Amino acid sequence: MHELSLIASVFDVLEEEARKHGARRVTAVVLKVGVMSGVVPDLLESAFETYKKETIADTARLEIVLVPVRLRCPDCGGEAVREDTDFSCAGCGSRRVEIVEGREIVVERIELET
Amino acid sequence: MTTKTITVVRDLLATNKQAAAAIRAELRARGILCVNLLSSPGSGKTTLLEALAERFRGRFRMAVIEGDIETERDAERIRAKGVPAWQITTGGACHLEARMIGKVLGGVPGDIDLLFIENVGNLVCPASYDLGEDLRLVLLSSPEGDDKPAKYPQAFLSADALVLTKADLLPYLPFDPARAAAEALSIKSGLKVFTVSALRGDGVDALADYIVGALERLRSARA
Repeated sequence: MHELSLIASVFDVLEEEARKHGARRVTAVVLKVGVMSGVVPDLLESAFETYKKETIADTARLEIVLVPVRLRCPDCGGEAVREDTDFSCAGCGSRRVEIVEGREIVVERIELET
Repeated sequence: MTTKTITVVRDLLATNKQAAAAIRAELRARGILCVNLLSSPGSGKTTLLEALAERFRGRFRMAVIEGDIETERDAERIRAKGVPAWQITTGGACHLEARMIGKVLGGVPGDIDLLFIENVGNLVCPASYDLGEDLRLVLLSSPEGDDKPAKYPQAFLSADALVLTKADLLPYLPFDPARAAAEALSIKSGLKVFTVSALRGDGVDALADYIVGALERLRSARA
């Protein structure tokens, strides 16, 4: 339930990037959200819609790209996407896997109008 | 009027991660082990800290940072055990962030061995925020049910140890500690599991030894 504060940091990024590129407006924002990031995409969307009023992104559309959990296995070198929460290697069954993707909350791309 | 697409790739948790890294570096340099406790409200974090305060008395100096939405109650309970405690009231925020810890850190005595942070009772949001700790404990109490790890995987995924609390209630509840542990281990391999009753004192020594082991490792890595 900290989606609003995360969206506030999205707007810090938007304002900084708009200034840097001399943009008048931000028209689109693409967020990459890991399924294990602990945030709810629907809540991010409503927080974004509330927050954007009277900002440089007041007409911007938000696109959320969900990132599944991707595991890398140091034992067999395999890498695979895991749909459930049984975090073991799909190849060799090892449990010493590392999560390489799926926990991030990242502003990936923005579209600017200059 | 032209439109252009810019690739930015900015991690929204980066500011917190940087603040946490600074805290970790400072505490390690001071030889202090920092332990972050996560659980839902009422799982027994404060009671566990009270029991640990008894175990560490005269052997290790500890301090506690308490996070709650409102009230000084938890800090008062810890102070009653003779342990210095600072209360952070978030006023509604669902988790502690590293910069909140950073603000309190200046007042924490330099000669302590162990700094515990009791996070806001919430099994979801605190998992995403590194506070600069070296050890993260997630607590799960027997009344909550043994099916919680898979329902709240982020908390278990981010932890170093699972503490099954309120073991004194096990005879009255359909809670299977082995099932809870197996489920948590399927999410996070290598998770250490402890079963304790902080009220009766069962299992608290084993957890205290684990914490002391981590402190010794931190100090020998520094030497």
